[in-house]
Amino acid sequence: MTATTDPYASTTDSAEGPVFTVTGQDWDTIDASAVEGDHLVINMGPQHPSTHGVLRLILEIDGETVRDARAGVGYLHTGIEKNMEYRTWTQGVTFCTRMDYVAPFSNEAAYVMAVEKLLGIEAPEKAQVMRVLLLELNRVSSHLVALATGGMEIGALTVMTCGFRDRELILDLFEMITGLRMNHAFIRPGGVAQDMPAGGIEKLRSTVRLLKKRLPEYAALCNANPIFKGRLKGVGHLDLSGCLALGLTGPILRATGYDWDLRKKQPYWGYETYDFDVVTRDEPDAYGRFRVRLDEMWESIKIVEQATERLAAMEGQPVMVADKKIAWPSQLSVGSDGQGNSAEHIKHIMGESMEALIHHFKIVTEGFRVPAGQAYASVEAPRGEIGCHVVSDGGTRPYRAHFRDPSFVNLQGTSVMSEGGMLSDVIVAIASIDPVMGGVDR
Amino acid sequence: MVDAKGNKDERDQGTKTQDGSHETQAELVKSDAVELEIVEVREGAFGIHGTGDTSGFGGLTRPVMMPGASQRPYGGWFDEVADQIATIGELDQAIEKVIVDRGEITFFIRRHKLLETVTHLRNDPVLRFEFCSSVSGVHFPHETGRELHVAYHLLSMTHNRRIRLEVVAPDDDPHIPSVVSIYPTADWQERETWDMFGIIFDGHPALARILMPDDWPGHPQRKDYPLGGIPVEYKGGTIAPPDQRRSYS
Repeated sequence: MTATTDPYASTTDSAEGPVFTVTGQDWDTIDASAVEGDHLVINMGPQHPSTHGVLRLILEIDGETVRDARAGVGYLHTGIEKNMEYRTWTQGVTFCTRMDYVAPFSNEAAYVMAVEKLLGIEAPEKAQVMRVLLLELNRVSSHLVALATGGMEIGALTVMTCGFRDRELILDLFEMITGLRMNHAFIRPGGVAQDMPAGGIEKLRSTVRLLKKRLPEYAALCNANPIFKGRLKGVGHLDLSGCLALGLTGPILRATGYDWDLRKKQPYWGYETYDFDVVTRDEPDAYGRFRVRLDEMWESIKIVEQATERLAAMEGQPVMVADKKIAWPSQLSVGSDGQGNSAEHIKHIMGESMEALIHHFKIVTEGFRVPAGQAYASVEAPRGEIGCHVVSDGGTRPYRAHFRDPSFVNLQGTSVMSEGGMLSDVIVAIASIDPVMGGVDR
Repeated sequence: MVDAKGNKDERDQGTKTQDGSHETQAELVKSDAVELEIVEVREGAFGIHGTGDTSGFGGLTRPVMMPGASQRPYGGWFDEVADQIATIGELDQAIEKVIVDRGEITFFIRRHKLLETVTHLRNDPVLRFEFCSSVSGVHFPHETGRELHVAYHLLSMTHNRRIRLEVVAPDDDPHIPSVVSIYPTADWQERETWDMFGIIFDGHPALARILMPDDWPGHPQRKDYPLGGIPVEYKGGTIAPPDQRRSYS
């Protein structure tokens, strides 16, 4: 065997033995006599349709049995935490919403909760209801993606098309309320960016009606499907003590039978006033997690319905704190020439008050100061506990913002869930963790 | 002038910040903390320093004051936890100081006692912090001798309590014992903290970079990490790196 530096050569030598480059359907090009035994180290990803994003797996396999599984991450690292140190406190939301892009509201919620803790303020009631509404809609859309991609990866393509079809309904709601399907930057320190749009309540009600009609389809397609159950049952087993040791939260933890849910245990933004149940299941495997997600969507729909009714009775109430030193100075509105600041606000700052103009300029460019100190806030994201540790030095920008992303921590369960199992079950195990690489790598 | 330890130079005794909104400490920090610690003093704004300043912004000084150590009683269950930690022999020396601020309690733990402390925190039935939520680093380049901080956010699901441990290490000896043997979840989080801050966690099973490429030089989340500017195609101009641009602090 000749040593070569060409990375695309079919065979190279390394200290650990020969390295073969095969990309699929060309395994017969390998000279079988050069391989000692059945023991192989396989690199899977980072570009692979079944690894749930740019996740790289290094698998040591013996035949089809996985002996050692390691995850390599970092391919989507964009330095979001560092970037936030050079933007104002309000602009920080725009960065962190892009981390876990399947559940953007949870990112915003954790950050905003930490900043509000540092400021010692509380958002108005209507803003809190809107936050809860968006967080729960987001939980449904995120779980739909989890089911959809998980189904796709084991060949259940109908689950995938249905999942993305229904997620689109929720993204339409997001677009109506926040203006964007993803990357909303809608939850801001002190409240939310905009009030409910006209006709919003009606659209919410009709979409929820449609979702309630469609959600049973997943149960009908999967719950008793022998192939689906055969692929998921008993795969990726991880019990309660394993979850706690490795820091796994969310549906994975609740599938072990432990009802740990921050919405109930450490309620925030009025979650204690909503009527809903925490879903648990005594099947700590991929199937149990699937069923937990399925049932959690129904609980979230319950919360969405209650929040919708509350919002219907709260028309005209403020969605941002009254403190003008923190609140964003203007509201967006749609005029004849497109979207912009509301006409009354422009009239006020341009025609009536020099001080109002100065204030507008100062708060938009400089932002507000946050008293020095540090805070940790956590919310129950669709994937588990997302925490935000922010440190302020008393300035207009975060001194440090760190996110404890549930995908990052949960992905540590990869090894223990897949080692000793079959190669094909690695995919199922990872799909049951449901990592979003944007959140893992930040 | 005020140095990093908070001692004022006699030249300007009684100088207050010139920014009216921060004239008093009480206004600067709305917290339960009784005492504030000056950790740094910033001068000027918009990057203006020295002579030639006609704007007046160069004369601004702003002390950076973090909540200081709290005195007992800390309130609520905080005292129970602090008492219980102190019951274990020698562990009272483990706690350097305690800060209660914004409804959160922070125990500063001396680094050589960290492993004993977290073992105790996890195993003691009264404490039972069985879950390590988050490990993250913070870099304070002005705190000479204690530049690198690591914050551990522990959660007791049994008692539904959260505490924060903070461990400091000097920049020229960035070693902190690893807690992976107690909290396996800290594995990746310590790797991230090593990657981003260059803090070496002694006893970690495989302290490799995790987010940055393996051959990356430097540790990006440190405050002294060089940031790139952007060259502009106009007479050799550049957009300055973000930490050298005009700023309000």
